Amino acid sequence: MSKKSVAGSGPETVSKKSAAQKIVGVAGEVHSDIVKKNRKPSMRFPIRSLANVKYDLKRGHFEILNKTSTRTLSYNTVKTFAQSMRLLATTKNDLLDKDDIAGKREVYYNSKSWGECRFNEQPESDALLDDMEAMLAINREQLGYIPEERGGEVCGPLVVVDMDPATGKDIKIDCTKLGTGAWSIPSRVEHLRFQSKAKFILVIETASLFQRLVHHRYYDKANCILVSMSGVPTRACRRFIRRVADDQKIPVVAFTDGDPYGYCNIYRTLKVGSGQAAHINRYFCVPQAHYLGVTPWDIKDYKLEDATHPLEDVDIKRAKDALKNDPFIRHHKEWQAALELMLKLGVRVEQQAFAKHGLNFVLEKYLPEKLKKGKFLP
Amino acid sequence: MARNSKKVAAAETAESMALKQREISVSEFFLKNRHLLGFDSPRKALLTTVKEAVDNSLDACEEAGILPEIGVTIQQTAEDRFRVSITDNGPGIVRQQIPKIFAKLLYGSKFHRLRMSRGQQGIGISAAGMYGQLTTGTSTRIFSKTKGNKKAHRMEVQIDTRANKPTILVDEEVDWIPTFHPTREDGKPGKPIEHKHGTCVSIEMEAAYVRGRLSVDEYIKQCAIVNPHLQLHYSLALKPKEGGKPGAGSNGDPVSSFKFQVSYSRAVTKLPPPPAEIKPHPHGVELGVLMQMLKDSTSRTLRGALSTDFSRVSDKSASEICGRAKLNPKANPTRIAHQESEALFKAIQETKLMRPPTDCLAPIGETAIVAGLKKEIEADFYTAVTRDPEVYRGNPFQIEVGIAYAKPDPKQEIGAEDPVRVMRFANRVPLLYQAGACAVSEAVTGVNWKAYGLNQPRGGLPIGPMVILVHMASVWVPFTSESKEAIAHYPEIIKEMVYGLQECGRQLSVYLSRRRREAEAARKRNYIELYIPHLALGLKQILDLDDRQEKTIVRKLSTMLEKTHLDV
Repeated sequence: MSKKSVAGSGPETVSKKSAAQKIVGVAGEVHSDIVKKNRKPSMRFPIRSLANVKYDLKRGHFEILNKTSTRTLSYNTVKTFAQSMRLLATTKNDLLDKDDIAGKREVYYNSKSWGECRFNEQPESDALLDDMEAMLAINREQLGYIPEERGGEVCGPLVVVDMDPATGKDIKIDCTKLGTGAWSIPSRVEHLRFQSKAKFILVIETASLFQRLVHHRYYDKANCILVSMSGVPTRACRRFIRRVADDQKIPVVAFTDGDPYGYCNIYRTLKVGSGQAAHINRYFCVPQAHYLGVTPWDIKDYKLEDATHPLEDVDIKRAKDALKNDPFIRHHKEWQAALELMLKLGVRVEQQAFAKHGLNFVLEKYLPEKLKKGKFLP
Repeated sequence: MARNSKKVAAAETAESMALKQREISVSEFFLKNRHLLGFDSPRKALLTTVKEAVDNSLDACEEAGILPEIGVTIQQTAEDRFRVSITDNGPGIVRQQIPKIFAKLLYGSKFHRLRMSRGQQGIGISAAGMYGQLTTGTSTRIFSKTKGNKKAHRMEVQIDTRANKPTILVDEEVDWIPTFHPTREDGKPGKPIEHKHGTCVSIEMEAAYVRGRLSVDEYIKQCAIVNPHLQLHYSLALKPKEGGKPGAGSNGDPVSSFKFQVSYSRAVTKLPPPPAEIKPHPHGVELGVLMQMLKDSTSRTLRGALSTDFSRVSDKSASEICGRAKLNPKANPTRIAHQESEALFKAIQETKLMRPPTDCLAPIGETAIVAGLKKEIEADFYTAVTRDPEVYRGNPFQIEVGIAYAKPDPKQEIGAEDPVRVMRFANRVPLLYQAGACAVSEAVTGVNWKAYGLNQPRGGLPIGPMVILVHMASVWVPFTSESKEAIAHYPEIIKEMVYGLQECGRQLSVYLSRRRREAEAARKRNYIELYIPHLALGLKQILDLDDRQEKTIVRKLSTMLEKTHLDV
């Protein structure tokens, strides 16, 4: 599977039937362990953490390593084991076989009919869902699970060809003709097609800055597609950016707050994926992304020294942690230099800090200058 | 002092004082100090009377090798008056002895010997009679029939308190045989039991009946526990209350018209082995007693007196004592002067001697204690320990400890949240009063019960559904008072009690941890059995299995998990 995804043409879509077949395979092994081999059944999961990923430069994302954990049936695991089995059964029989969809919270409530086996809190079912997609190596969207978080917003010279959910007919959405609003990225983006003449995609962390750019139709001036992430980008948001960028063969530039969270969590996740979901990063990453700002050097270059905030303990910890453990940061000297400078300065800077020089300084001066210079962090 | 002062008009002279100085009879002394004998309250008087009579009956039966059968009847005759009758199947008492035994204080067979028995001083039953006589003016009534005699003696006696001598009011031969009226377990009367010999003593007295931990009922129950060879029939009849007056006691239920009958049957049919009588051990004798014994000795030489009148003194150790005291072993013991007897006493204390013989002790035995506890206390776990004999002040003694531990269950008699119940016994006699002053309490609170899995407030009794039985058997139980309610705090005795309690505690903790393990295993089994069907159901749905295959999965998984997780 992983071979194909390198091409960048998106994840191969797993048919509902073969997904169901995978579930039958897992269950079949458990069954034969019990009945034929007379031994305690076990399930294997890839370990989902930064410790079990490597930064695959060629593919441009975090690739999962082969460390796995085995959950063998025992007194301590019997409940989770039973819950996993019932979750697999629900996924196969109710979602895949019936071509239905369910939200994470719906799964949690659905378990309430399982008697003692029910999930007491949603985090329990969320964790098992993550386990399940890791075990099957199929992302949960393809299993019929829809994420509940919003996928981000888009504005600019882009026509999205969507379909009417009832009739299946094409619906064209022109992202320049949305008035003062923007188009919400849906939770499933695999079926979308695109038409655009934009030169690049500008991905923005905060909704308020996005609003400012939309308000002033910055996308006309810069001929770019604007995407708002509202924090760490959701899977759908990442997948959408990736698909548009691949489809239109245009670069992606990210603009976030200048703090360890903006660098190591938001930008890094956008570009190479996360440790938690390493098994599906190949679909949910944007390797062609580059970082525009705000960089620690911008503080001096744009005289923002009096518009900064001191780093808090969590920021310092996050930066040090990334320098030590994050395979992406450890691979890029530029990023190490950025983080070390930030630690040295002891301050962070927000996207809105440019308002110091006037409300529209950011779109009149900062962005054009940075884009013109074209010197981005990797 | 007063007699030298002329200013005091009514000054006494030695002569005038001499007129007032006279002997005080022991009876008079105890009459004024009745609390010393256990007659300080009407409620306690009833218990003490029953206790003294039952003790005597048991001692008599055991000495005569008879399996004891005792009837205790308490009948309320007026608001604050009770008639207490105790009948036994003992050997009976010969006519001449009856008045002295029942109406003379400090008369008995047990004071002058060193042998384990319930009674010691010869005060008890005559004190009860004296108390009855004092409070109601009635006399002590006795029936007694000895073996082989066709007729029984009937006597009514009173005590002449000034002279400590019996007064005989009635003395006749009658047709009487000791008869007992058993009560079956369903509460209905059983067939009366008759014996060929026995004694019945009946005393009427001012008393009060109150139920509870300090009652006659409790005493009799505990008596049945430590005397599993005893068969006892207890009957209590109370008069109806007049005009709805409040209850008889402050510390229990008010008792209205009421009749109660119960029989405690035998758990073992073997009498405890008769304890041997021993001579005093030199280490347990005080100086005055030593002097008296030397004076009374029939031996011609000091060495002879030492080796024949005391236990565990060989010729060799007698010579050693004499040598150490720098006395001639061939000296006449009666002529050993005060100065010399003190040296002798010191030499005795310094000489190493064998411990006193212990065949004079008759412990209840671990099996019999467990049998007794099982008979009367509903519990899940019983254990008992009989320690080896030990010695305090030259007196051999032996400590026994028993434990009954019940499942914590609010319905049961033993509460799980309350302090444990401690039953104290001395020579098979239950001790009910003065628990706080007793060596047993000190020993029980001194043990670290937390180590055995019980809660225990600092310096207090452990908490739990448990009964602790502590028995001290000795030729001379050191009581804190004549009313024989609490054992004195000798370190040797407390040490033995603590060891016994610890030994039982260890067995309890083994039991408790096994029970905890079993409970844990049961909990795990339930947990496993809760989820296995779901696992099987999931597999069934995915793989489209049939019901039989589903059942196979459940069965196999249960066996697999139980094997590895529930092996206790």
